[in-house]
Amino acid sequence: MGDYLAKRVGQLLIVLFGVSVVVFVAMHLLPGDVATLLLGDRATASSLGRLRHQLGLDQPVIVQYWRFLKGALAGDFGTSLRDNRPALGEVLAAFPVTLELTLAALLIAVVIGVPAGVLAALSEGTWVDTAITTPTLFGVSMPVFWLGLMALLLFSEKLGWLPVGGLMPIGASMPRITGLSVVDAVLSGRLALVATALRHLVLPAATLATIPLALITRITRGEMLSSLHLDHVRTARAKGLPEGRVIRAHVLRNALIPIVTVIGLQLGLLLSGAVLTETIFSLPGLGRLMVDAILARDYPVVQAGALFVAVVFVAVNFSVDIAYAALDPRVRQR
Amino acid sequence: MSATVTPIAAGAERLGRALAQPAARLGLAIVFLFLFLCAFAPLVAPHDPYAQDLMSALSPPSLAHLLGTDQYGRDVASRVLYGARYALLAIVIGDGLALAVGTTMGLAAGYLGGAADAVLMRIVDVLLAFPYLLLALIIVAALGPSLLHSMIAIGIVYTPQYARLVRGQVLSVRQTDFVRAARALGASRARIVLRHVAPNSLSPVIIMATLQAGAVVVETAGLSFLGLGAQPPSPDWGALLADGQNFFLTAWWIATFPGLAIFLVVLGFNLLGDALRREFDPRAR
Repeated sequence: MGDYLAKRVGQLLIVLFGVSVVVFVAMHLLPGDVATLLLGDRATASSLGRLRHQLGLDQPVIVQYWRFLKGALAGDFGTSLRDNRPALGEVLAAFPVTLELTLAALLIAVVIGVPAGVLAALSEGTWVDTAITTPTLFGVSMPVFWLGLMALLLFSEKLGWLPVGGLMPIGASMPRITGLSVVDAVLSGRLALVATALRHLVLPAATLATIPLALITRITRGEMLSSLHLDHVRTARAKGLPEGRVIRAHVLRNALIPIVTVIGLQLGLLLSGAVLTETIFSLPGLGRLMVDAILARDYPVVQAGALFVAVVFVAVNFSVDIAYAALDPRVRQR
Repeated sequence: MSATVTPIAAGAERLGRALAQPAARLGLAIVFLFLFLCAFAPLVAPHDPYAQDLMSALSPPSLAHLLGTDQYGRDVASRVLYGARYALLAIVIGDGLALAVGTTMGLAAGYLGGAADAVLMRIVDVLLAFPYLLLALIIVAALGPSLLHSMIAIGIVYTPQYARLVRGQVLSVRQTDFVRAARALGASRARIVLRHVAPNSLSPVIIMATLQAGAVVVETAGLSFLGLGAQPPSPDWGALLADGQNFFLTAWWIATFPGLAIFLVVLGFNLLGDALRREFDPRAR
């Protein structure tokens, strides 16, 4: 395990280095340079020159990269070109919204997806199987931004059950402790606030959960089916174990490792989907922040956001890999 | 997807079996309908997709306008029909770019091995280190928002998948007797890759291209929806949805039909791709 871990950490460092290069290079390709962006098109050549010198843009690219990397490691990405606040601060302020949305969606996907997949596998070929697998096919084909709009139309506009968007109703006084609205509501000890926070979260989370839910259901079904036909399961049945015990102890347990991995790997999908979901439901999360920053060419925020998300993503995938290797010795030998 | 070697004759037989499945036929029918509408949009569309008629702005579906009109009185049905062409363009450019670059990278990495393999696969790892839409956002940010740039961005995002798949294929084909025989007969590296390795890696690549086609349509529409892809007044489905979002409480039809079109096209490609995968990839059964 030690060797495996060392090898993976080595790969992780290379990938993180590559990620920093990609983000740096991408921001260097930006149409129009930063000095022009800051001073506007009518700036004189001499003032542009002075600012370029101040920002270090007249230095060789490699020197600029080194400064970027040093800054990034110290958490300094410069200030937002829109409101002059630290870029990383804006990213960190928006992150809890995305985190809460993503976790809630993952929870919905797992709590419904795993049992549904197990049920479908155990009733393979029956109408129950069809009733579960057919919607999953629709689920993976669904554009989340459209589904979100339709859900708003139905549940908020037509039925009036849920709010139209946002984190909280305008004017609601919510203590900001963790930045996760439901957790903060719980910490405030006011039940009405918890209910309001949940009502605002449920529709975006359910929308975002659609594709992961469909995938988790399909993978669970597939893994259960392949485990059901393994020799040790046949043996367990042959020696007269009750069916429930065979399923729990021998089939589900064996199928669980790949299922857990797939659940861990949904993060990329969720973070991507969050960008669109946040836009539809007017949630001030990281995805929305990034899109607004791109449209406003606020490059320090784009840079900070991109690097932050990539690091979180790489770290989670790394942990999933390590957990997988710890659970399944075969992985370490690859 | 597993790396299996399929003789070409058996491949044709399997293709027949895959397309005999009802789900695959439905998928194929949707894909053909989509291609037909792309080709004949000017003949099928009842109105000019750009023609404004402010007098009949925001009218609900009726006989004159089957899917209603938008805020400028443009015919939604005609715009959705013309939008199919943008979706097809996204598939050709986005999926095509990913396929061409990814396959080349995979062939090179798998066949050359050593340092070339290590470098190419680290590039793939770095691209996979970003959540896919985020990578697309960064690329669009770098190139500037436009339809073409959004398609290129999506192409780059999907490149690593092809590279990994093809590399795996090459590694397994390299070990087969016929490649060893070709090498023993003195065939050049290029000849072995192009004549023996590439054709035998074809079927998994086609399956992936089919499944990715749907994904590419959703992603480029997503970028247009965010304002980073197609710009108004082009009738790209994502842009139509973004337009409709502003009116969806009063004029639900503007956003509903482009979304339905995206869903159907993606469903078509997924049904087809799933059927092919079930037949060609033994582990997917």
